[in-house]
Formats: sequence, C-alpha cells, structure tokens
Amino acid sequence: MRWTRRTIYEAGAGYQASTGTIEMSLLEVRNLTVSFDTPEGEVHAVNGIDFSLEPGETLAVVGESGSGKSQTALSLLGLLAENGRAVGEARYRGRDLLSMTATELNEIRGEQIAMIFQDPMTSLNPYMSIEQQMLEVLYRHRRMKKAEARERAVEMLRQVQIPDPEQRIRQYPHEYSGGMQQRVMIAMGLLCEPDLLIADEPTTALDVTVQHQISRLMRHLRTNSNTAILLITHDLGVVAGLCDKVLVMYAGQVMEFGSVEDIFYRPQHPYTRGLLRSVPRLDRGDESGMHAIPGNPPNLLELPAGCPFRDRCESAFESCVQMPPLEQLPGGGLKRCHLEAADE
Amino acid sequence: MLKYSLRRLLWAVPTLVLLITLAFFMMRVAPGGPFDSEKSLPPEIEANLNAKYHLDEPLVQQYFRYLGQILHLDFGPSFSYKDWTVNELIADGFPVSLTIGSLAMLLAFFAGTSIGTLAALRQNTAVDYGAMGTAMIGISIPNFVVAPLLILLVAVYAGWLPAGGWDWSWQRMVLPVITLALPMIAYIARLMRGSMIEVLHSNFIRTARAKGLPETTVIRRHALKPALLPVISFMGPATAGLITGSVVIERIFAIPGIGSYFVQGAMNRDYTLVMGVVVFYGILIILFNFLVDLIYAWFNPRIRYEDHG
Repeated sequence: MRWTRRTIYEAGAGYQASTGTIEMSLLEVRNLTVSFDTPEGEVHAVNGIDFSLEPGETLAVVGESGSGKSQTALSLLGLLAENGRAVGEARYRGRDLLSMTATELNEIRGEQIAMIFQDPMTSLNPYMSIEQQMLEVLYRHRRMKKAEARERAVEMLRQVQIPDPEQRIRQYPHEYSGGMQQRVMIAMGLLCEPDLLIADEPTTALDVTVQHQISRLMRHLRTNSNTAILLITHDLGVVAGLCDKVLVMYAGQVMEFGSVEDIFYRPQHPYTRGLLRSVPRLDRGDESGMHAIPGNPPNLLELPAGCPFRDRCESAFESCVQMPPLEQLPGGGLKRCHLEAADE
Repeated sequence: MLKYSLRRLLWAVPTLVLLITLAFFMMRVAPGGPFDSEKSLPPEIEANLNAKYHLDEPLVQQYFRYLGQILHLDFGPSFSYKDWTVNELIADGFPVSLTIGSLAMLLAFFAGTSIGTLAALRQNTAVDYGAMGTAMIGISIPNFVVAPLLILLVAVYAGWLPAGGWDWSWQRMVLPVITLALPMIAYIARLMRGSMIEVLHSNFIRTARAKGLPETTVIRRHALKPALLPVISFMGPATAGLITGSVVIERIFAIPGIGSYFVQGAMNRDYTLVMGVVVFYGILIILFNFLVDLIYAWFNPRIRYEDHG
C-alpha cells in the first residue's frame, strides 16, 4: 500500500477532520506522567503520553504488564495509590481532570466517566447486595427515588443479560459467577449512561469462554450506545472487532498508535509485531505457533537511555541508543522507532 | 447458619464439663479447707459440718454429686456466707458486674473504633502516631496501676468523684468503667486502625470511589462494615474477659460484684462459691462467643448463606 501526501495532513486529527465539525475532543490527554514514590526511589510508570478520544469512539491501550496502561487509566479518575502522582493534562470536555478537586471529580466519576476493573470478584463489595451497590450510584447522581432507581437497575441488568434480574439483584456478589460479576460491573458503570467507559482489563480474570461473552457484550454496547470506550488490555484478541484505534504502550511510552486495521495488518513497530505474534492462533497451526517476546520489560526505577525496547528488539541497531521521536505516519498513525516504515 | 450455631452450642457441653472437672479438683488439691480458719472446733462439730456439706464422702462421689447439682442449675450453699446459697450470691453480685462490664465495653467499642478509624484516615501523621503511641501505653499499663492512679488524681486530689463504693449512682461508676475500658479502647483502636487501612486498599473501595461517592460515604457505607469484622470477633472473649477481669477492679473500688465474692471465696476455700462463679463465668464466655458468632454472620453475607448453598 502506498501512502499519499494528503493523508498526512489528517494525522492526529483523524475523526474531527473526517466529520468536518470542529469541536473539542471528549478526552484529550497531553504529556501525562505518572510516578510513584517508593522506598527504592521514584518509579516512572507513565512517561509523557498523548492521546485523544472522540465521542462514541473506542480506543484500546495495549501493552505488557508494567507498561503503564492501567496506571494511565487510574490516573484519569484520580484513583492512583496514595504514593502515586499524575502530572500533565487530561482534558475531559475541556476541563482538566488532573487538577480537579475531589468534589468536582465526584460529579464526573460514575456519572460521565465510569470505570470497570480487572477482577470483578474483589471489585464488588462482598458485604453489600448488588441492589445496594447499584442503587447508590443512582441516588448519588440522579437523585432517584428507590422504586425508580430499582427499576432502572433491573433494566440495566437485563441489558447485560443477567437472567431473572428482579430476583438476582437482591443477591450478594459471591452468589454470582465471575462472568456475571463482570456483567454487573458493566451494568453498574452504565447506569448513568456515561460518555466514557474506562475498562481496565475487563476480561483478564475470566475464563476464555466467559471472556468471549464479555467482549461480545462490549461490542453490543459499542453499537447500541454512544458511550466512548477506553479499553485497557494486553489481549489483542479482545481489541479486534471492538476498537477503532489502538495505542501500543511500552515502559510508560507510546510506541505506536494507529487504526485497528493498521495495527493488525501493517504494524510498524517491532514491539507491536512481537505482541501480535504472541497472540495464540488456532487457524495458523503448529508451524507458526505462539511466540513470546524474549526478555522482560525494563526496570521502571531506572529507565535506560534511548529506546526502552532495544534490549529485547530483534531489529535494534546503533541509532537505538538515542530515544526515537514519536513520528507521524502517513494514514494518521504514530510510531516511536528508528526503523524505516515497513510495508505489510 | 442455624446448623452452625447449634453445633457451636453443643460443643459448649464438653467444654463446660472439662472446666468443672479441672476447677473442682484444683480447688481440692489446694491446701486448707473451708472450716480451717474457725479455730479449735470440737471434732464432733467439725464432723457434723463435713457431713452436712458432704465433705466426708470420697472425692469422686462429691464430684458426681456436684455434677448432678449443676444439672439442676443448683450451685449449692455457700460455705462462708452462712444462710446464702451460691445462686443467691451470684444473683446479688452479677447485676453490678454486668453493668460495669457492659458500660466499659460500650465505651471501649465506640471510643476504640473511632480512634482507630481516625488514625487510619490520618495514617502516618501526628494524629496517627499520637493515638497509637497512647494506645501502646494503654495496653502496657495494667489496670491495678491505673486504678489507684485515677483514684489519687480524680478522687483524692481533685475531689470530683468518690474513690470507691457502690450505690448505683453514675458518679461511682465513672472511674471503674474508665479503668476497665482503657486497655480495651487501646486494643480495639489498634485493631480497627489496621483493618481499616487494609480495607481502604481493597479493590471494592476503589470501585466505590470510581462511582463518585464522597469519601465519607465510601468509608461509612463501604469500608466500615468489613473493617469492624476483626473488632467484632475480638469482642466476644473480650466482653467476657471484661466481666471476669473486673475481679481486680471490683476489689480496688470496693464494688460488690461477683468478682469480689470470687476473691473472697477463694481466700476462704469456699468450694461451692468459687466453683459456682467459675462455672458461671464459663457459661458467660461461651454465651458471648456465641452472640459474637451470630453478629459476625449477620455482618458477613458469605457466612450467612453458607448453609443454604
């Protein structure tokens, strides 16, 4: 495939340019840095990343454990651990989430931006019934009366295909299976019809068959509502068919960004290619199999100078001791690598 | 849940039998007898006394006679308080001990959980260190030191409250209740701080915050109940312990509770009185543990439903 000059102008502007309306992005993250004070020193989890999300759009943030993707998500809603600090900008409808007071943030959390987590078993309060946990969201943000709130909650449970929701809403989390608990989390997140749903590894803790049900549910949600989704995952299988764009993170940096087609069919960065090769594929049979990327992500306490991936990279060469800039690709993508663009 | 509780209650029977057996034989092994202090008793009278209280029978026969009595909840006559049965003495002293004990426990629970929660929320600040340092002192100093100190300061020097005695007025309850509660406040505060910090780091608290609930609601609705669980399981034996622990306090403040009778009974080798109080304490401890089991289960839905599933 050949890139034309024209497509370059659309780089980074993507959705806005194609719809032709100039309005602000739903979420605009600029130079976001997340660090943690630990007894061993400062851990740099996220090191200056940029991305934006338009209304109704679905963006996947992928990378291995420790790439900073979950901390990125948590920092947006002020949910970092006490020793964590987020610097930079994260503008939601123009207002910076990172500099908001707790009171301002509480107006947005659960109302306009909802979040679901990796481990539904521990993310639901085991001492409260599902009803209590769902209704408090509606009491808090919608000032609903009990009967009305209950009706809404039951309706949401029905939408995520919880059988017999009128009865099951009275039960406690431990009476639900893992997949059902995650459905409840999703239903709870969608109670106030948020503009943005942040899903932090929503399928990771679940069985494979249940993973499929949850990603099907999220695809259904994507087509049937105008909620934008920020999907944090290390599982590229979940990304396909659900997301519009993909942001590949490594050691707290953006390595590559592009449309889901570009990332899957024309990955530019050796790290992205490594991630894709590590997805188990049944259809390709034994001869290609599953390939893990050798080595481990770098120690975030002392990041090496230059490209953080170079020690594990099969194509590393002399230039890699310099940190590559994040360069724009024809077609709207971004990549951080010294290698020349590769076709196919 | 019901099955579980019943099983726990059934276990109380062998526990009590063991307690009675141990206490019965330990009492008899101790040197001296109930009528030793009454000097130069004519041998015929002593024989009559021993016959009246069945002390002339073989020990094993006395033991089974006693077990039989207890089955009818009859603790027998007191040896040293003539004309009183042990049942009457317990009925006389227990309301006093119960009042002091429960007031102290209530105070300890509310003060301890509040201080603990506060310390947890202000973790690693001056408030936290101050509270926990004071708590450590509260645990370390025994109450037979605290009691005379309080009497000296509050009653003798300041003259605000009476130094001891009992007439069911609140003035006479304040000092013994505080003395009794202090180490419990300290212990519960430390327990509560630890569990609250742990709960606040759990995933479901993060979920609650992600819902946009104000921090006070997050703590009150989501964190308080799980954080209280360790405190509650500690409360059972502790409450029973408070009522038994008041033995010392009742002596120091001259309060006519069962603790006083217990100490007096032990001094006089009043076999039936000591046995009665021991058995009564035993029943009390088992009862409080059972109560705590019920409260715990009511708090924790995962236990509550175990038998249904």
